[in-house]
Amino acid sequence: MRKKWWKVLTVLLLTYSILGALLFDAPRLNILNETIRNLHFHVTMWFGMIILLTTSMVYAIKYLRSNNIDHDHMSVEFANVGILFGMLGLATGAFWANYAWGEPWSGDPKQNSSAIAMLIYFAYLVLRNSMSDPLQKARISSIYNIFAFATLIPLLFILPRMTDSSLHPGNGGNPGFNAYDLDSRLRMVFYPAVIAWTLLGVWIASLRIRVKRLRTVLED
Amino acid sequence: MKKVLSIVLLCLSLSLAAQDKIEITEKDYANTEVPMADVMRSNGKIYVVVGVVMVIFAGMIIFMVNTERKVSKLEQEFLDEKG
Repeated sequence: MRKKWWKVLTVLLLTYSILGALLFDAPRLNILNETIRNLHFHVTMWFGMIILLTTSMVYAIKYLRSNNIDHDHMSVEFANVGILFGMLGLATGAFWANYAWGEPWSGDPKQNSSAIAMLIYFAYLVLRNSMSDPLQKARISSIYNIFAFATLIPLLFILPRMTDSSLHPGNGGNPGFNAYDLDSRLRMVFYPAVIAWTLLGVWIASLRIRVKRLRTVLED
Repeated sequence: MKKVLSIVLLCLSLSLAAQDKIEITEKDYANTEVPMADVMRSNGKIYVVVGVVMVIFAGMIIFMVNTERKVSKLEQEFLDEKG
């Protein structure tokens, strides 16, 4: 966690992906126009959120297996950054939708279910803060974390695809970006962007975990 | 005395210089044949946006690195001596 090289990699990848997203040739599509470039920022937030929340869930399981409080620290901080990414995803999505779909919130199945998913994770934070006993807090919130993740996946990936009218590409009745023959050039920026922003999330989480560790040492 | 003299000289020089000046007209400003530092104005000024985003991004990274340093220092103080 304290090593330097991956933070340098984070900065390099972020720089590349931001410049690439803004400057590389983008496909000229109706209605979307230049906003296609949001793909490298908005969608990236959600990919990053999924990776961070998965990590959080893994550490929740690890905590339940080991009772090592450090695993709980890692679990909660990864969840915090994941929730931050999700909120940024919702906000950027509404902003983009205002110009691409005509209104910030059109009750699109994916919008609705991602909002529900965020509420479930907000409840995780509320639940944690409602308990004062650190062991009870860690144990109950770890269990809740696993269930929250188990609802996140169908909410984001299954339910929106079962509807027959979604505005999101790749969901019910709506072809994905694959429908246009443009993907490979966008991918050259998109995947590095996903890695870069996820690494930034890991960096933020690692700083907060280290502060938590310091606090536990100082409290002892 | 010196001040008055210098003001007089200045006024003289102004009127002298005005004699064989080439006037700059609106045409010169509208002249697109002469290349100027136009990069920042090309492509709908997208490079200005790029510049702004990069400034914000650089600020964020500097902030992250600073926080990283602070945490590292605290760790050296409180963690490393214990184990």
